[in-house]
Amino acid sequence: MIAESLAGRRIAITGSTGFLGTALVERLLRRVPDCELVLIVRPGRRGAQRRVDRDILHNDAFDRLRNELGSEAFAAMADRRITAVAGDVTADGLGLDDDGRAVLATCDLFIHSAAAVSFDSPLDQAVEINLLGAARIAETLHDLGTTPHLVAVSTCYVAGSRRGAAPEEPVDQSPFFVDVDWRTEVDSARRIRTETETASRTPEKLAEFREAAHKEIGAAGTPALAAKTEQLRTRWVDDRMAEAGRSRASSLGFPDAYAYTKALGEVALTEIAGDIPVSIVRPSIIESALAEPVPGWIRGFRMAEPVIISYARGLLKEFPGVPEGTIDVIPVDLVVAAICAVAGRGPDADAPRGGDIVQVASGAVNPLRYGKLVDLVREWFTEHPIYDEHGQPISVPQWSFPGRGRVKQQLERAGSALDKAQKAFDVLPVRGRHAETAARLEEKRDLVDRAMGYVDLYGAYAECEAVYGLDRLLALWDGLDEADRAAFAFDPRVVDWDRYAPEVHLPSVVKAARAPMRPPTRGGQSRSQRLRGQILSPDRHLAAFDLENTLIASNVVASYSWLASRRLDSRDRLRFVLKTVAEAPRLLALDRKDRSDFLRYFYRRYDGAPVDQIAEDALEHVSELLLAKSFPAAIRRVREHRALGHRTVLITGALDFVIEPLRPLFDDVVCARLGTADGAYDGQLTAVPPTGEARYQALVDLADEYGHDLRESIAYADSASDLPMLETVGFPVAVNPETRLAAIARKRGWLVEDFRKSPGMHRNPLPLAPPKARAR
Amino acid sequence: MSNGHLAPRPGFVLDVDRTSPPIVFHHGEGFRLEKLPADRSRVIYPAEPLEGLADPDGAIQHALHNPLGDSEPLPALLRPGMKLTIAFDDISLPLPPMRRPDIRQRIIETVLDQAAEAGVDDVHLIAALAIHRRMTEDELRHAVGDRVYDAFAPSGRLYNHDAEDPDGMVVLGQTPHGEDVQFSRRAAESDLVVYVNINLVSMDGGHKSTATGLSGYTGLRHHHNVHTMHNSKSFMDRENSALHASNWRMGKVIRDAGVKIFQIETTVNNNTFGREGPMAMLQKREWEWSAKDRAAFLGMQQGLKLLPTSAKRKAFSSWLAPYELTSVQAGEVEAVHEVTTANVYRQHLVPVEGQTDVLTMGLPYICPYNVNSIMNPILVMCLGLGYFFNLYRGRPLVREGGVVIMGHPTPWEFHPVHHPSYIDFFEQVLADTTDPAEIEKKWEKQFAEDEWYIHLYRTSYAYHGVHPFYMWYWGAHAMQHVGRVMIVGGDTAAVRRMGFQPASTLQDALEMATDVVGPQPTITHLKNPPILMADVT
Repeated sequence: MIAESLAGRRIAITGSTGFLGTALVERLLRRVPDCELVLIVRPGRRGAQRRVDRDILHNDAFDRLRNELGSEAFAAMADRRITAVAGDVTADGLGLDDDGRAVLATCDLFIHSAAAVSFDSPLDQAVEINLLGAARIAETLHDLGTTPHLVAVSTCYVAGSRRGAAPEEPVDQSPFFVDVDWRTEVDSARRIRTETETASRTPEKLAEFREAAHKEIGAAGTPALAAKTEQLRTRWVDDRMAEAGRSRASSLGFPDAYAYTKALGEVALTEIAGDIPVSIVRPSIIESALAEPVPGWIRGFRMAEPVIISYARGLLKEFPGVPEGTIDVIPVDLVVAAICAVAGRGPDADAPRGGDIVQVASGAVNPLRYGKLVDLVREWFTEHPIYDEHGQPISVPQWSFPGRGRVKQQLERAGSALDKAQKAFDVLPVRGRHAETAARLEEKRDLVDRAMGYVDLYGAYAECEAVYGLDRLLALWDGLDEADRAAFAFDPRVVDWDRYAPEVHLPSVVKAARAPMRPPTRGGQSRSQRLRGQILSPDRHLAAFDLENTLIASNVVASYSWLASRRLDSRDRLRFVLKTVAEAPRLLALDRKDRSDFLRYFYRRYDGAPVDQIAEDALEHVSELLLAKSFPAAIRRVREHRALGHRTVLITGALDFVIEPLRPLFDDVVCARLGTADGAYDGQLTAVPPTGEARYQALVDLADEYGHDLRESIAYADSASDLPMLETVGFPVAVNPETRLAAIARKRGWLVEDFRKSPGMHRNPLPLAPPKARAR
Repeated sequence: MSNGHLAPRPGFVLDVDRTSPPIVFHHGEGFRLEKLPADRSRVIYPAEPLEGLADPDGAIQHALHNPLGDSEPLPALLRPGMKLTIAFDDISLPLPPMRRPDIRQRIIETVLDQAAEAGVDDVHLIAALAIHRRMTEDELRHAVGDRVYDAFAPSGRLYNHDAEDPDGMVVLGQTPHGEDVQFSRRAAESDLVVYVNINLVSMDGGHKSTATGLSGYTGLRHHHNVHTMHNSKSFMDRENSALHASNWRMGKVIRDAGVKIFQIETTVNNNTFGREGPMAMLQKREWEWSAKDRAAFLGMQQGLKLLPTSAKRKAFSSWLAPYELTSVQAGEVEAVHEVTTANVYRQHLVPVEGQTDVLTMGLPYICPYNVNSIMNPILVMCLGLGYFFNLYRGRPLVREGGVVIMGHPTPWEFHPVHHPSYIDFFEQVLADTTDPAEIEKKWEKQFAEDEWYIHLYRTSYAYHGVHPFYMWYWGAHAMQHVGRVMIVGGDTAAVRRMGFQPASTLQDALEMATDVVGPQPTITHLKNPPILMADVT
């Protein structure tokens, strides 16, 4: 009956790129042979049609149908039955053009499943999509003068945080509904956005972001710093907006902004719908498919998954919740079937206005107890553990179901301990392995933050003790014939949780999370070896190297001290040492602030230095200082690149005469140069020193000049200030990275090399030249 | 002509019994006291220092005026307008470096005085270092003296040999064996080459001085190779050394090309650590140590314990040997070298009866290639299996298939300026194979012709790219001859990288050696330095 009644219909669908929407499109294509689908998608950069092809039809949900039909027949069928229309529920008139409007006007069924389901969406975003989305659809249909059956997908949680029965009744008829005007809520959400944006742009706030950006990436140059600052600002605004959503929701008795905006969305839709017949379908927590298109099918990383994976990784040692409480989960295919059934049935003529509501949930008839779920999950992961980075299975903790407050307290304690450790590392000038430790610390801190976020977001759901009424759903089920029940099964009583969790859901969750389920195979190449192999391939084009702490453990100050002290007698040397030591803090501070200002300032010291004498001393300087402090493995790497035919490039803020003797290692050298007058240096740089973004530009110029592809190129550097250069190339390598770069490299999976000085050399605390030999 | 010392005693073979005291083993920048098994061990002691010449300058004058072989006295060879080149041994001789004035300074000053008297203007001084690292200004000043340095270096007339200078090298011809004879252009175009030699061991000098010292890779590869080393038994014994045979053939080509060489060779005694002073006990026999020697040794051991390696290195490399000149002879190369060799043997040769199952040696902190530098693992191998193993005449001290046990800390450390190609050799080549012949075939050319190594050799202070290969070949004869090599007290990873067996104590090593040579093996300890050469019958 369902298939027959939907046959030949033209069905508009929003949210088809989402989890529920994809499953819905699949089911309609497969089970309702003759319907046509109009998919309203945000066009993005590629256009609506490409999005439908790439983001919907390429999903493995369609593998079943594609196999049944054959690829070509499937493509032809999709081509014939699917019309992609560019549109957006956050825009008035759904952002449709004339063609789009014309297509929509011919639709006689509209299924609205677009939503911002993320539980921490910024308030205004949730309002635009969840609250206003359905109302905008109704307005657009009014405009077009059509009245198709509108099936709007909502959520059971519109009932709010409450105990006991939550029947299938309109939101505003619940005795627990706090009556607020949805228009006022919309206005204030938009106003909060404006205010927050304004607040984020005050000079004080901008300075704060700038400082934080500097702390994160160091002296990486103005453009990089600007990009980072803006990123931090927008993130701050979004965080504030998410916070505003959470607090507004809880002030009205909702678990989060999603439920709150969906609830008001229902109210708004009912008010605006007018003569458009509306049915509302409210699922609870949607999880992987029980049977269709295949058992375990899931799209994206959804609500419960991060919690499950975090638990399996041993990260969530505790989670709040009531063990005897119900966790209301419903497989996605049951929700899809219920939507189809509602659509097939058509508007319920008997229901009061706004009262055609069907809840799709399990708690009332086939409850999954929270304690049982946790047991099932623990058993499963005990049998199928995730492996840690050392190849050891992670044993999962036993939860004791403390209150949410205690869990948060524990996590906060762990977080602040990590914070302190991290701060300690931040002030220490650590590199290489220690920086790796610091990066790992930061990663741990991130994990704790995430865990805390889960507790915040999902704790309310785990503690929810509402029981969602299913009278209308079950009545709908009772009215189906056998054929419909087979093709559109949505009876929640059929789910066997003991089988569903371990056999269907958990395997698909770990697969979707790409969690390592077996120890790494021994004998195979490690990740670093593999990356090294890619880097040392003849296919690469160009290999760029920073100098300081990448090839040698020295710096421009040491070079200067060496050259300046080379011809001093012992009394002048002492004076020189004292002066240098006294100046050190100021120099360091300046260097940290802006590398190129520092170089300009520092290089003035070469004013008046005779060119001949420097050239003569520079040769000695390379042997005594640079080569003595070089990393032999790094020099070998440069030579390996050359041997492979890569163009080797040195990019450094050091002066040309200082690095001149290293030139044979490189095809190109980009460095700083000083002007000369009367056979002496004048202490003025002749061009912008290659630091930060200037390095990026230098690389781009070189690649252009020789027709090289930077995506096929490699860059080696040690500091976050080299990010512009590292990010330009396809193969960045962090060498003995300082803390910030170590963290970034770890996150992005870059190769990290630990190049070291040759051991056994005598250490010189002050980089002074040995007194020039003279007759004794 | 006596310095007033007691008549020096010759070398000595001690048969170890229960009453023998522990023996001092050199162990890098330190020492170990080792008790050798009684009744089957012997210790070969070097001869005590010979008398030094009372008037070295007079002896030099005498030698220059009374040349040996087919040569006129030096003054007769000097004339105005001629091109004169004085070549001298580099930093690798003597070991350790000697106190001022260096023998080279004494001789060069004398030669320069005579040249000045004869009105010779065009004089160049060249440190004949072949493919060793360049000498620093300090080192050159130490070798030739400040007066000579200041007179010649600023005008570019005193410099290091550069075997990779394309304009500075010529090939003089080929030997009947097809060996290219490559030579310094300046020396080849000179009317006279005066070579100033310090013949610390019997390998040094003769035609090798110029044919090797003023040559480069093109020439050296004909005798610095695995084949030659397998056929030099030993390379310390010229008569039985393929290395020297090749150099002598090259010497003939040089002579036939019209290069006139006036060879000056010198020998020093065994006064390495001083007859008095903090290290004096090292050249005494343990049972003859005085209370003062004992106290000094214990004090030194305690002091060394407190110092970090780099400080120990610095302390040891500041030691300058109070060597005394025992002979100087000048004139035609071969005639001079005959006399020199006899003088070297007079100090070094110790008669030893029969070979041994296990040869032990305590390796000191210095070898020819780590003066003012770091003794890296390859140099440890070269000093033990190259130099010490080959300090024999007749038969090797250890029987074929026997075991060599060397003591040295053997740290995985390299001097990044002096030994850059060694680092890569150790990381890349030895990780691939330790077989000298295979290394030669597969890797030598690549390192020898590497432009970066050549750049560092020419402009910095690096040994040539091919030098670590030669070090490895130096041990080829020993590696072929013995059944196992062990290193006591070394860095385990570094020792294994070289294909040797690490042991933490000498007792452990002796125990493990029985796997190879059977139970109750005979043991011989080569107590060197001061230097000795075993005359094995």
